[in-house]
Amino acid sequence: MIQVLFFARLRAELGTAEHRLHGFSGSVEEVRAQLCTLFPDWRAALQSADIQAAVNREIAASSTPVRDGDEVAFFPPVTGG
Amino acid sequence: MKLDYIKVCGAPFAVPVEYAALRSANTSDGACAVFAGSVRDYNAGADVSGLTLEHYPGMTEESLRRIVAGARSRWQLGRVRLLHRTGPLAVGEDILFVGVTSPHRQAAFAACHYIVDRLKTEAPFWKLESGAAGERWVAARRSDRRELEKWRTD
Repeated sequence: MIQVLFFARLRAELGTAEHRLHGFSGSVEEVRAQLCTLFPDWRAALQSADIQAAVNREIAASSTPVRDGDEVAFFPPVTGG
Repeated sequence: MKLDYIKVCGAPFAVPVEYAALRSANTSDGACAVFAGSVRDYNAGADVSGLTLEHYPGMTEESLRRIVAGARSRWQLGRVRLLHRTGPLAVGEDILFVGVTSPHRQAAFAACHYIVDRLKTEAPFWKLESGAAGERWVAARRSDRRELEKWRTD
């Protein structure tokens, strides 16, 4: 099972903070693609050019592999400080 | 005493208390650089009445630890104290405190600046502003990315 988390503007746009994917293996980009297939309404927000990803709480690239038990997060650019 | 103190806090902190913690029983470091960031009453041309800071629990703390470790690997530092608020904040409230002590002022200034610059572009915090026009997510600034360039070592 892959736990997928959404934060800030993206969480508000999708209307949910998390989604679980079962029986998944692939890359960060494939997680995104699978979510867009499952929820076509999410496409515009998830595929927005500024959306970043993290795997297991570290910034990840589109090609970063995702394995069973991983935590994947998608979020807009950070604005703290 | 632990040299690094990193805290993500839901409740207000007091800058004088944090400064005192950096200085107490610390006579080997003659220099202390402090940055405090607070909620402004305007942003991008609109009045702001307050904001809510969202973060990614777990990743936030790891990210802040990595940033502080990066500063320690570059400069000779004594204590580093970093506090960042989360949740609802009113105009004028402190959001961020970064304090660094060192035997030398150059290291203290540089490390404090470096930590704030990296935090601005890496640590997973997001601001939701509220004002007369309603709520809006604060957009990231390109200038923050440019600021980071000066710390590149490669």
